[in-house]
Amino acid sequence: MSALPMLDDVPPLLVVDGLTVAYGTRVGCRDVSFELWPGEVLGIVGESGSGKTSLLNALSARIEPAAGRIHYRLRDGTLADLFGLSEAARRQLLRTDWGVVHQNPRDGLRLTVSAGANVGERLMAIGARHYGEIRGAALDWLGKVEIDRDRIDDRPSGFSGGMQQRLQIARNLVTKPRLVFMDEPTGGLDVSVQARLLDLIRGLVADLGLSAIIVTHDLAVARLLAHRLMVMRGGEVVESGLTDQVLDDPQHPYTQLLVSSILQV
Amino acid sequence: MTEMLAGYNFAYLDEQTKRMIRRAILKAVAIPGYQVPFGSREMPLPYGWGTGGIQVTASIIGRADVLKVIDQGADDTTNAISIRRFFARTAGVATTERTVEATIIQTRHRIPETPLKAGQIMVYQVPIPEPLRWLEPRETETRTMHALSEYGAMHVRFYEDIAHHGRIATTYDYPVIVNDRYLMRPSPIPKFDNPKLDMSPALQLFGAGREKRIYAVPPFTKVKSLDFHDHPFSVESWDEACSLCGSTTSFLDEVLTDDRGGRMFVCSDTDYCRSRTA
Repeated sequence: MSALPMLDDVPPLLVVDGLTVAYGTRVGCRDVSFELWPGEVLGIVGESGSGKTSLLNALSARIEPAAGRIHYRLRDGTLADLFGLSEAARRQLLRTDWGVVHQNPRDGLRLTVSAGANVGERLMAIGARHYGEIRGAALDWLGKVEIDRDRIDDRPSGFSGGMQQRLQIARNLVTKPRLVFMDEPTGGLDVSVQARLLDLIRGLVADLGLSAIIVTHDLAVARLLAHRLMVMRGGEVVESGLTDQVLDDPQHPYTQLLVSSILQV
Repeated sequence: MTEMLAGYNFAYLDEQTKRMIRRAILKAVAIPGYQVPFGSREMPLPYGWGTGGIQVTASIIGRADVLKVIDQGADDTTNAISIRRFFARTAGVATTERTVEATIIQTRHRIPETPLKAGQIMVYQVPIPEPLRWLEPRETETRTMHALSEYGAMHVRFYEDIAHHGRIATTYDYPVIVNDRYLMRPSPIPKFDNPKLDMSPALQLFGAGREKRIYAVPPFTKVKSLDFHDHPFSVESWDEACSLCGSTTSFLDEVLTDDRGGRMFVCSDTDYCRSRTA
């Protein structure tokens, strides 16, 4: 695990305070507060239905929270209230400064256009209008995520699950985001492909100095990628702390249960 | 002039409907390129045959107007004749095949080669008005994209064209930006006609009957075709000249003349071709 950046004089990138997501009278997550620093990877773990994805969707401004505030530090250094920004500014953030990696690559990719167009789309969306440069960037990124360059004109519908997931990552990182949201990035992949993908994500996060929030139910993924962990249950955060501390010395009964439920091979 | 059918209101539609469509047209002219929803009516012809265009024409036509209708550039095709006769019988207006004489020109596939004048109105029959539809199936989302001018992803289509064909292979219904603001589908005209949309002295109205949308390009409005810096917009060109009138500057149709490979190229705009040979 790479060392945490020096936090003393660096201001946080994301400040979340009392965040609650509700679907009518049902609660997605309740009263979640935390801070995320530049270069830090935060893991959110918990069982299905514990509110992980609700929290992630609210953090990435894709659903509006019922209560609480999210502040995000923009590139110019100002700390902005996310839902105080205009919808245009929020969507701009989502296309440029943030990346969202979906569990199912079909949700994050355009399956009817080529891999190159998938990577180039975000560049075009922020104003790139030079075909040669867009293609150059796409080739470069395919290389970085270990997809053969001669697949650039193939459609991702013909790719394997692992390749689709790597393409999705390239598509998100091409605009050099500062914060990436990942929802179960290794879900549905077999273990050896998972391992390669985790290696790749870990390398990219370290090389690019990305901050990331990773939702997973897989504690091994959390152990490998996350600096810090939040454990959720029933919509609430029951425990949080450094990854090794939470996993090696769990305090909350639910975390203890979670850690002890891992099958030992 | 043909005699008018008894029992029908002038130009078929009732006055309330015409007023509603005129309001939509006024709004469309005020916001160039913006798709204005309207209460499209059932018309006595099938969807896809020009129900949108015919409703726009019906609500703007007056007794003094002279109507020209073209289909694929030709005045003598079935649909063009039917629509022309429809208005001759329900409005009793004069019709013409001559571009210079017409005050209203209803069309689907072409803009006449003869330059349009101030005071003329082009009415386009539009099948699918939403340029972002292929990219995004949700109407709520495409409206937001229009509202926020999020058009960057439109270029994905051109990227695909160049990646697979080496050039932008979109040849008709080529998307444009109107007045530096709204992305618009110019109906299935060839991209050859796109430059004629730009700064045209004529008012251009677009009606989509099935999709219930009207939009407009007012006279002298900037219309720019999308492209890449290193693959600029260009129009079709031919190695041949028109076999009838010898034009080298008009849009040509290829016509097969026998089953032994014989073919000829002729102007798609029949009135233009005729005016050059007469």
